[in-house]
Amino acid sequence: MRQLLILIQKEFIQIFRNPLLPKLILIFPVMVMLVMPWVTTMDVRNVGVAIIDDDCSTLSYRIKSDIRAAEYFTINDEPNTHEEALRLLEDSKIDIILLIPDDFERNITSVSPKKLDISANAVNATKGSLGSQYLVQTIASTMSKYMSEQGRSHLSDFVVIQNRYNPTLNYRNLMIPALMIMLVILICGFLSSVNIVSEKENGTIEQINVTPIGKFTFVLAKLIPFWLIGLFVVTVAMIVAWLVYDLVPVGSLGNIYFATILFILCFSGFGVTIANISDNIQQTMFMMFFFIVIFILLSGLLTPISSMPDWAQKFTMLLPPRYYIDIMRSVYLKGAVFMELWHNFAALGVFVIIFNLLATITYKKQV
Amino acid sequence: MSAIKVENISKSFGKTKALDGVSFEVARGELFGLIGPDGAGKSTLFRLLTTLLNPDFGRAEVDGFDIVKEYRDIRKRVGYMPGRFSLYQDLTVEENLNFFAALFGVKVEDTYDLVAPIYRQIEPFKTRKAGKLSGGMKQKLALSCALIHRPSVLFLDEPTTGVDAVSRSEFWDMLSDLKQKGITILVSTPYMDEASRCDRIALCNEGRILSINTPKDIVSGFNSHSQNSSPNPVPTTLYAISAENMYQLLLSSRKCKGVVECYPFGEMHHLVVDETFDIECFKKELTDMKGLRIEPINPTIEDMFIKLMKQ
Repeated sequence: MRQLLILIQKEFIQIFRNPLLPKLILIFPVMVMLVMPWVTTMDVRNVGVAIIDDDCSTLSYRIKSDIRAAEYFTINDEPNTHEEALRLLEDSKIDIILLIPDDFERNITSVSPKKLDISANAVNATKGSLGSQYLVQTIASTMSKYMSEQGRSHLSDFVVIQNRYNPTLNYRNLMIPALMIMLVILICGFLSSVNIVSEKENGTIEQINVTPIGKFTFVLAKLIPFWLIGLFVVTVAMIVAWLVYDLVPVGSLGNIYFATILFILCFSGFGVTIANISDNIQQTMFMMFFFIVIFILLSGLLTPISSMPDWAQKFTMLLPPRYYIDIMRSVYLKGAVFMELWHNFAALGVFVIIFNLLATITYKKQV
Repeated sequence: MSAIKVENISKSFGKTKALDGVSFEVARGELFGLIGPDGAGKSTLFRLLTTLLNPDFGRAEVDGFDIVKEYRDIRKRVGYMPGRFSLYQDLTVEENLNFFAALFGVKVEDTYDLVAPIYRQIEPFKTRKAGKLSGGMKQKLALSCALIHRPSVLFLDEPTTGVDAVSRSEFWDMLSDLKQKGITILVSTPYMDEASRCDRIALCNEGRILSINTPKDIVSGFNSHSQNSSPNPVPTTLYAISAENMYQLLLSSRKCKGVVECYPFGEMHHLVVDETFDIECFKKELTDMKGLRIEPINPTIEDMFIKLMKQ
């Protein structure tokens, strides 16, 4: 126990003396939480729209001003003809062309009204489809207002959509708990394994091995600081989420910390396993990076697991971050309680045992 | 009881035989040297004796404890200085010393009498990070840390490799002082000239020990064939030869009558001859070599090493 404390003290001296690490540990979560929620968004904004108005009526003017008022669009006034607009579309200067045909308003009540023409650049599929969808919605609302003013209840709302738990359909709210997970993966998995391998690379592990210090004590002393740092990083991230995005967990903090502790234990076991089977930092970094890419892309962090092909969904069962992400999102956004999530906690618990067993086995195999 | 006892120990790494049936004993308080080129198996032997590796065959004892079964006891009472500087480069001199003292559960003051003569030399730099020390200072710090728990046996793996000549000599003086204090020291070095500072040396090559003796007796064994265990003992004498064309001299002299061996040795060639050799005949045979000089010399450990290696 006394030896463990001495070793931990040494680890902290080394971490704080490192010119980069302490700054990284503090700045990294803050930066990730401040920047990433804004950039990792599936919302489409700044859709460039060119409107060719051949009608020049009251209605076409209303459509134009409503589009101008919508926050998604940037209007490009340059082109006067459809041909000019198409050229701009080709140069990716604009994303969508709206063509209002001649006599649009006059024919609106006729049997065969003239149609609005929307052409979207679908090279970026998301922006193309979502952009034109927004445009249709905007026009539809203008049209329905216009129609009711004319005394013709043409379009009525039969469908009411209510977005539960994330009322504004804010993609950020979905990303914030996920980003905390990325922080834990990087800090606890990456840093701790690199730290162990660097002792191997510097040969200092030899000097330690000839002392009466047990290997278990040594590895434990390596991991405890990173467990503490992991909890610290998650706490900082939660404070930033609260201060900047006004996002606080609906569920209990206890569940969040319990899941975080399980996940940290699981990932440090994983980190030690990687460190054991690699001889230098290069190998560790490569292996870690390989797994982290899999974890991030396949754990439902960015794209929902339910929209993956069936075999991939089965594969995600093997990835511990999947369960942690599920817990974090459910507790943060839905306020789920432990009993609803117990299978996720159980799965994490199993992974803690598996990875730490692996870490022990691979450690013994070393000469 | 001897401090180190090695019995017929072997260790292989895959197909490479690092150690092949090595046996020797080191008495208590002895300064014992392992002399051999790179790849002789010296470091492997150190790693076995410091319990970092287990042998494939054979057994060994350090301070009366078996290196496999009682490794925990050994780790409490040996000091080890690996060939490569392996202290924490980002800790200061003082922190490194305190850290290792704490790991062994001792206070620096308790061992200060032992460590002080060495540590005092680096004490002015005690707040400097270990990684920023010069080669000689690093080595002194490593020795201080290896001594901090008052070990009974000290293992020094090539402590003087990459250290300047003055520091090397100073280092050997320190070892002599430690020996006076009753510490058994096993030291390895690829430098044959350092061998004379040891009480006894073992010449090793390719995982085997060629000869164990005091440096003096090893050298005197060169001329006599009574101690020679080779099947073909030849009494030999050593000459140093030189000429303007050294390479041609090497080739020609090897063909002369009575010449057993001729090899480059610094600026000269060393010529090993048997009793059929006649110096006048040799000079006559090589009359066409310009500036030929030949003189008898005393063999060094290196000559002995080359001779043993050839057998």
